[in-house]
Amino acid sequence: MNAIILTTIWGIVMMLAGAFIKNKTVPKYLAILGLTLIIIANCLQLNSGISFFSVDVKEMLHFNSFNLTFINVAFCCTLLYFLLNGRDIEKVGEHVSEYFALLFFILCGVAIISTFNSLLMLFLGIEIISIPLYILTGSDKRNLKSNEAALKYFLMGAFSTGIMLLGVAFLYGGSETGSFYINNIISSSTSMPSMIAAGLVLLLVSMSFKVSAAPFHFWTPDVYDGAPTVFTSFMSTIVKSASFFAFVRLFENAFGSLHQQWQTLIVVLITATLLIGNLTAVFQQSVKRMLAYSSIAQAGFMLFSLFALNNLAKEGLVLYAAAYSIASIGIFAILIKLKDYTIDGFNGLAKHQPVMAITATIFLLSLTGIPLTAGFQSKFYMLLAAVQNSHHIWLIIFAVLCAAISAYYYFRIIQAIFFKEGEADNFVEMDITPTFNLLLIFTSILIIVLGLFPNLLINWLYF
Amino acid sequence: MNPQDYWITFPELLIWFPLVAGLFVFFIRTEKMVKIWSLLASLIILSISIISLFYANNTQHFYLNNVSYFWLKYLGSNFTVGLDGMGHLLTALTAVAFPIIFIATYKINYKNANVFYGLMFLTQAGLMGVFTALDMLVFYFFWELAVIPVYFLSSRWGGERRIQATFKFFVYTFAGSLLMLVGIIYIYMHTAPIAFADHSFSMNAVYTAVLSPIEKFWIFWLFFIAFAIKMPVFPFHSWQPDAYVQSPTATTMVLSGVMVKMGIFALIRWILPIFPDAVSRFDNIVIGLSVMGMIYASLIAIKQDDLKRFVAWSSIAHIGLMCAAVFTKSEIGLQGAMVQMFSHGINIIGMWIVVDLIEKQTCTCKISELGGIAHKAPTLTIFLVLIALANIALPLTNAFVGEFMMFSGLFSFSIIYTAVALLSIILAAVYTLNMVQKVFYGEVNILTEKMQDISVNHKLILSALVIFIFLFGVYPQPLLNLTKDTVSVILRFY
Repeated sequence: MNAIILTTIWGIVMMLAGAFIKNKTVPKYLAILGLTLIIIANCLQLNSGISFFSVDVKEMLHFNSFNLTFINVAFCCTLLYFLLNGRDIEKVGEHVSEYFALLFFILCGVAIISTFNSLLMLFLGIEIISIPLYILTGSDKRNLKSNEAALKYFLMGAFSTGIMLLGVAFLYGGSETGSFYINNIISSSTSMPSMIAAGLVLLLVSMSFKVSAAPFHFWTPDVYDGAPTVFTSFMSTIVKSASFFAFVRLFENAFGSLHQQWQTLIVVLITATLLIGNLTAVFQQSVKRMLAYSSIAQAGFMLFSLFALNNLAKEGLVLYAAAYSIASIGIFAILIKLKDYTIDGFNGLAKHQPVMAITATIFLLSLTGIPLTAGFQSKFYMLLAAVQNSHHIWLIIFAVLCAAISAYYYFRIIQAIFFKEGEADNFVEMDITPTFNLLLIFTSILIIVLGLFPNLLINWLYF
Repeated sequence: MNPQDYWITFPELLIWFPLVAGLFVFFIRTEKMVKIWSLLASLIILSISIISLFYANNTQHFYLNNVSYFWLKYLGSNFTVGLDGMGHLLTALTAVAFPIIFIATYKINYKNANVFYGLMFLTQAGLMGVFTALDMLVFYFFWELAVIPVYFLSSRWGGERRIQATFKFFVYTFAGSLLMLVGIIYIYMHTAPIAFADHSFSMNAVYTAVLSPIEKFWIFWLFFIAFAIKMPVFPFHSWQPDAYVQSPTATTMVLSGVMVKMGIFALIRWILPIFPDAVSRFDNIVIGLSVMGMIYASLIAIKQDDLKRFVAWSSIAHIGLMCAAVFTKSEIGLQGAMVQMFSHGINIIGMWIVVDLIEKQTCTCKISELGGIAHKAPTLTIFLVLIALANIALPLTNAFVGEFMMFSGLFSFSIIYTAVALLSIILAAVYTLNMVQKVFYGEVNILTEKMQDISVNHKLILSALVIFIFLFGVYPQPLLNLTKDTVSVILRFY
C-alpha cells in the first residue's frame, strides 16, 4: 500500500513543484529523493509489514513478499533510470517536473498491476500506466515522428483497452458467482464455459498487446522509434516488465487450473514472437529500432514464464525483469549520448569513450545471454522452468537457436564499438559527466553480481 | 587428510591465478613491463601445474585436488572443481602452452598490449575451468567464458578479414553451446535430489540421471553437436580455417593447441559416461563422420597453397582421428586419444611458430612463392623437419605413440574404418613432405633471399618443443600413468 499511495502523492508534489520551482535541475533531485523514500517505505512493508496507510481494499489488492519484491525491482530500476538519464529528461522539453510527475503516476500503475487481485484493479492499473505513456511518447512536441508515435500508440492502446474491457465483461458474466476477483472466475478445473473461454482469449490478446508479443507487436517499433529516447528506455523496460508480471499473475491466478487448455496459444505466441523479433532485428540499421525489435524478441523469452507457470518460472520472470531492465536502461543511456543512432554511430566508441564502450559491451553481452551476466541467469531460469514443465522440447531448442540469432545483432554493435574506426566528430562535445561513467560502471557490476549470485534477488521473493 | 587441512587447492590456484594475473596485467602501462609480467605469471602457473603433478594421486591427495563450494544452492549447482588424471594432463598442456606462446611471440608488438595479454590470461582461466569443472553448470560457464576473450582477441588484433571470420567462429560455437545448455537442463531435471535442491548438476548426479533410451538418443546429439563444432569434426569444421588464418598468431596457437582439446575432453568427460547406450548406437555414424573428415581434410591439405590453411586442415585431420578413437570405447583408444591431445597441442604450436617465423620475414604464406629456406636458415629447417616428422607421426615422435594406440583401438572396432583412416597417414606424409620440399628446399627466390636464421629465444622454445616430442615419443609412460584412472572410470560405464 505504501508504494501506491506514496507514488501518487509524490506525483502530485512533482506537478506542483513545476509551478513553483523555475530551476530546471531541481525536479530531478526531487524525483530521485522521492523515489528513494518510496523504495525505503516499500522495503519497510516487505521487511516488517509496516504500512503507513490502513485502507480496506476488500482484497482487491493483494500484498505478499513476491509482489512487493517485484515492486522493489521495478522501482530500483526506475531509480537507476532516473540517475542515469536525469540530465536527458531535462533536455526533452520545457516541462521537466511534469515528466517526472507522469513517471511517478506510471509507477503508481506499476504498483497496482503488480498487486491486483481483481480485474477492475488490473484495468485501472493498465490505464494509469497507459495514459501518461501516451503523453510522454508525444512529449517532443515539435517532432512529427513523436506526434505520430503518440497518436498511433493512443489509438492502438485504446483499441486494446477496449478488447480488455470486453474480456473482463465476459469473465464477469461467465463466472458462476459474478465476481471480478481473479481467484473466483473459474469454479471447476475440468471444463471451460464458452464465455470464460472468450474472455480468456480477449484478455490474452490485450495483454499480448501490452507486452508487445507477436502478432500484436506492430505498434512497438514505430512507437519506440518515435518517442524521445529517454522515454523509450522507460517504456521498453520497466513498463514492459510490469505488464509481464501482471500478465503472469492474471493467468496464473485466474486460469492456472486450465493451463493445459490454453498452453498451445502461448506456444504459438512464443514461436511468433521469437521468430519475428529476432529476424526483423537482424535487418535494422538504426540501433534504436533494433532495440525495439530486440525487446520483442526478449518478450518471447519472458513468455516462457506463462508457458511453464511454475515456481521457477515466476522466480525467473522477476530475475528476467531485473536483468533485462538494467541492461536495456544501460544501453539506452549510452545510445542517448550518441549523435548518430545508426550502428555506424558506435564506430570507434572504444577509442574515444572507453568506459562507455566496456559497459555497453557488458550490457549487450547480458542481453545476448552470455554466462557471468544476469542475462544468462535469467534465460537459464526460463529454460529450466520450461524444461521442467513440458514436453515441447522443440520449442525450447527453437528458442535457443533464436538466442543464437540474437547474438548476431547484438554483436554487430560490439564490433562497431571495438573493431571499426569512427569519425572523431561524432564524439566531441558529448554530455558525459564522471558521475555518469561511475553509474555505468556500477550498473555493469550489478549485472555481473546478479549473473553470479541470482539468489541475492530471488531469496527476497520468499522473504 | 580432511578438506579443512588445505586452505587452497590446486584447481582453485589454476583457475584464480590466471584470472588475477589477467586483471593485474590489464593495469600495467608499458608494453615491455606487460610482457615481462605476463611471462613471469605464466611461468608461475606452469610451476603450479608441475607441482600439482607430483600430487596427482587422487587416493592419497584427494582433498588437494578437489574442492566444492556452495554456489546456486537451491538449484543444486555447486562450484565443484577437481583434477583427475585427464584434468591434470590438460591443465598441464594449458600451463605449458602459454609461456611457450608468450616467448615465441615476444617480439610481436601489439597496440594496447595490456589488454591483449589480459585477455590471454582470461582465456587461460576459462580453459583451466573447463578442464577442472566437475559440475555441469560450472562447466558450461567456463566453456562459454573461454570463448569470449578469444573472440575479442581475434577480432581486435587479427588479419584483414578478422571480423567476419571470428564472428562466424563465435556464432557457430555459441549456437552449439546453447544446444548443449538445453541438454544439460534436460538431464538436470532427471537427476536425483540432493540437500537443499530437488535436482543437481554435480557430475555424479548427472552420470546417474535416469533417462529413457529415446531421451538419451536425442540429448546425445545436442551435446555432440556442441562438441563437434568445437573440435571441429566434419561437417562442422567450416569456421576453423578462416579463424586460424585471421587470428593473431598467439591466439591461433591457443585455439589450435589447447582450445580444440576442449571438444575431445568434453566427449570423454561427459558424453561417454552419460550416454553409454547412445554412444554404442551412434558410434558408427560418429566414427564414419570422423574418418570421412580425416580423408577430406587431408586431401584439401594437399591442395592448399597457404601455409596457415595447410596447418589448419592438417589439424582437422588429426582431430578427426582423436574423435574416432574416443568413440571406440576401448582402453587403448581412449589412452591414445589422451596422449595425442597433449602431443598434438605441443606439435601444432611448434608448427605455428615456424609458420609465423617464415611469414614475418618473407611477408607471405604462399607455399608456391617460397623456396630454398634451408639454404638461408638451416637451424629453422632442422626444427621444422623434426616437427613435420611428428606431424606425420613417425616412430620415435610423440604423435606416433598416440596415433598407434588410437589406430589399435580403431582396429578392434572395425577393420574397414581403420583401413580407410590409415590412408590419412599416407596422405599426411604426402602433404607434409610436399610442403617441406617446396618451402625449404629448391631454389632461393627474391622473397626468401633475405631470410635470416632464428634468434636465440626461438631456438630455445623450439628445442624445448622438440625435446617434448622425442621425450614422449620414446617414453610415454608418465602420460599413460596419469590418465589411467580416468580411463578406467569411464570404461566402467561400458
